[in-house]
Amino acid sequence: MSILFALIPLAIALLGLAIWAFFWAVRAGQFDDLDTPAVRILLDDEEARDA
Amino acid sequence: MCCPGCLAVATLIEQQGLARFYEFRTVPSARPKDHAAAASPWAVCDRPEVAARLAPRAAEGRNELRCRVDGVTCAACIWLLERGVRGIEGVTDVGVNPLSGETTVQFDPQRTRPSEILGTIASFGFEPRPALLGGADHGHSEAQRAELKRLAVAGLGSAQVMTLAAALYIGGFEHMEAAYASFFALASMVVATPVVLYSGAPIFASAWRDLRGGRLGMDVPVALALVIALGASLVNALRGSGHVYFDSATMFLFFLVLGRFLESRARRRAGGVFDALADLRPLSTTRRRGDSLERIGTIELAAGDLVVVAPGEAVPADGELTSEHGAFDESLLSGESLGRLRARGEAVLGGSVNAGRAPAEIRVTRLGADSYLERVGNLLQRALADRPAFLRVADRWATWFVVALLAITAAAGAFWLSTAPDRAFEVVLSLLVVTCPCALSLAAPAAFAVALGTLARRGLLLSSARVLERLGDVTTWMFDKTGTLSEGRIVVGRVDTLAALDAESCLALAAALEASNEHPIARALRAGGPITAATDVDYQPGYGVTGTIDGRRYRLGSARHVGALGSDDSQCVYLADGQELLARIELTDTLRPRAREALAALEARGYALLLVSGDTLGAVSRAAGALGVKEWHATQRPEDKLALLEARQRSGAVVAAVGDGINDAPLLAQADVSVALVAGSQLAQASADIVFTGDDLRVLARLPDWAAATRRIVRQNLAWAAVYNLAAVPLAAAGLIAPWMAAIGMSLSSLVVVGNALRLTRRLTDDARVPTVSAPHPAREQTA
Repeated sequence: MSILFALIPLAIALLGLAIWAFFWAVRAGQFDDLDTPAVRILLDDEEARDA
Repeated sequence: MCCPGCLAVATLIEQQGLARFYEFRTVPSARPKDHAAAASPWAVCDRPEVAARLAPRAAEGRNELRCRVDGVTCAACIWLLERGVRGIEGVTDVGVNPLSGETTVQFDPQRTRPSEILGTIASFGFEPRPALLGGADHGHSEAQRAELKRLAVAGLGSAQVMTLAAALYIGGFEHMEAAYASFFALASMVVATPVVLYSGAPIFASAWRDLRGGRLGMDVPVALALVIALGASLVNALRGSGHVYFDSATMFLFFLVLGRFLESRARRRAGGVFDALADLRPLSTTRRRGDSLERIGTIELAAGDLVVVAPGEAVPADGELTSEHGAFDESLLSGESLGRLRARGEAVLGGSVNAGRAPAEIRVTRLGADSYLERVGNLLQRALADRPAFLRVADRWATWFVVALLAITAAAGAFWLSTAPDRAFEVVLSLLVVTCPCALSLAAPAAFAVALGTLARRGLLLSSARVLERLGDVTTWMFDKTGTLSEGRIVVGRVDTLAALDAESCLALAAALEASNEHPIARALRAGGPITAATDVDYQPGYGVTGTIDGRRYRLGSARHVGALGSDDSQCVYLADGQELLARIELTDTLRPRAREALAALEARGYALLLVSGDTLGAVSRAAGALGVKEWHATQRPEDKLALLEARQRSGAVVAAVGDGINDAPLLAQADVSVALVAGSQLAQASADIVFTGDDLRVLARLPDWAAATRRIVRQNLAWAAVYNLAAVPLAAAGLIAPWMAAIGMSLSSLVVVGNALRLTRRLTDDARVPTVSAPHPAREQTA
């Protein structure tokens, strides 16, 4: 069972990583708008023609 | 296509590649105003003084314009808005926040101007609200992000700590080796300590504020429980023996943070007081200096300035009338739907609209903090800050609970110290953990969190869960008429013909006379269809209109104006030609569908119903008759409504008030429970406990049932927690409960409480009698 001494710190490190990733996402505005991106992806060909 | 114009527009839309707007929009957008008529209202934004406030320099060669945009309802709107603004020469970046409508535009001041950007936004049918007058709160998205982060940290952290704790509990039965046990405890500590300190920071801060102010507030026992649970666990984890309670601490915190997150989301949705006040004042106004007129920004005004307010325009600031007479529509301020007459020298309120036909000249007397609007705002904020009388009661209980708990713990600790000093620490710890008001403090928040989320899906946004508790004591429901029970839109009702001419021709004549008037009555009369305008029209504000149609002179207006006898009920107008009265046209306000059923349902539950309105006697009595309300009061000013409410409250009634207008705002702030309709003014929403986004008032009538169901669950939870604590405290004080048993007991009791609260979801949605969502942004309300 000594493997636990390695696995649990690993789990905690992963938790830290998850929280860091979430913070990054929030800071980058990923959670500011939960409605429009779903639709916006359908519009990109129009933008391309414009550019 | 109805006409060549439409065809041209449709072709243009198609050619510009904008047709997809119609594929992707999910909610019809607001109708654009007639912008050709108003010669760019935004030009004033280019004045240096205004532009400096509105669009400050952000970087070299780049300015940033910030404003709120009203009318943004769905993804298609945002797409259209961003695309349209980005198309302006010189704009480098556009960002729109779909929740608040807050828009940020970066542009090169050499290549474009603020007026062009705002004009473009307006040309798409949205309403830009430049943040010039009120303190628009740009910080709130930052606060929202911080809350989201705290919630996620608490959630992830408590899940992790729970798995470690489960291993520890099982290990307790399976005789886990001491090395593993202390390793698990240390691992929990590493996770839980930063989680509690980070996610609990606002709770600790608020508890500290309370303590420093000499109060024992709601957050004090909560913070104390967290500190005790965390502190005791830290000591034990570092000692390497004894039990740890990191799981309880983090789970407790998670539910607290979740409840607060939902509450603050609901509150934010309800809108701010300052935005609402700022919206009432116009962006620009015309200032007279000698003989020259100049269009200036309202922020440039100073006391003593003379302003000229065109018909239909809003008065920029409080002042006194210097023209002979004028009519002002104060419906937003006082609730009266018809214009108010003012003579020279009389006071005119900023925010009222010139309802006359002639420009009114006004000398500005009060600005800023002295103005009527600002004072209403301050009054409201004080009323809101003052209200938590109910909270103080809850606080007192919490205080007693904590005091009793600490007293028992101290007594038990002293007893054990004197008899068996080596066991004293363990007993004190067990006692603190077992009574750690976990189940007790989860009992209400868990049920409220579920209720808030579920009710939001039905279009009821609660600013605070405590409203549900207060709803149980309500004895009287007080309704405003205009805009609440009625749709707030005047339509032509019965037409009594008094001469040979039939009703249809009479209406056509009336419409022709009112062809170019913007008064609400005139709009109602014109609603019939295409009309030919009368010529030689003479308008007398507050009385009526005279005009020539086909060579004949007609009069339309009050009884006095047409020379008729009879009661001067402002809810009807008379039409007359040179010789005789032709017709009496009744104007009514259409009632909301289902309003009658909703009121009947409330009455059947035994509530006293009360209709109060600023409208005239005739209008209110008709509405009361149609709705089946027995008690009603007409011509009530905001002060009268407030006095009526206070009289009721003094005689022991607990009153729920439902309203929509700014004139209802003080009423809503004073009522024990208040509901604002989302179509109403933002000021009313900001002062209400509940914002109703739906249309079907029957949902509102069901609210007492749902509140009762929630309270029942809360009571069950509290009873369970109390029984648990009463059983556990003596056992723990007697030293019969080891700390690990206390922790399991507490966790289990918390799970029972949470599970019970989840039953509410079904209770509140299982009701097929009432439709679910009619909210404007249903999807948005559910996504966190």
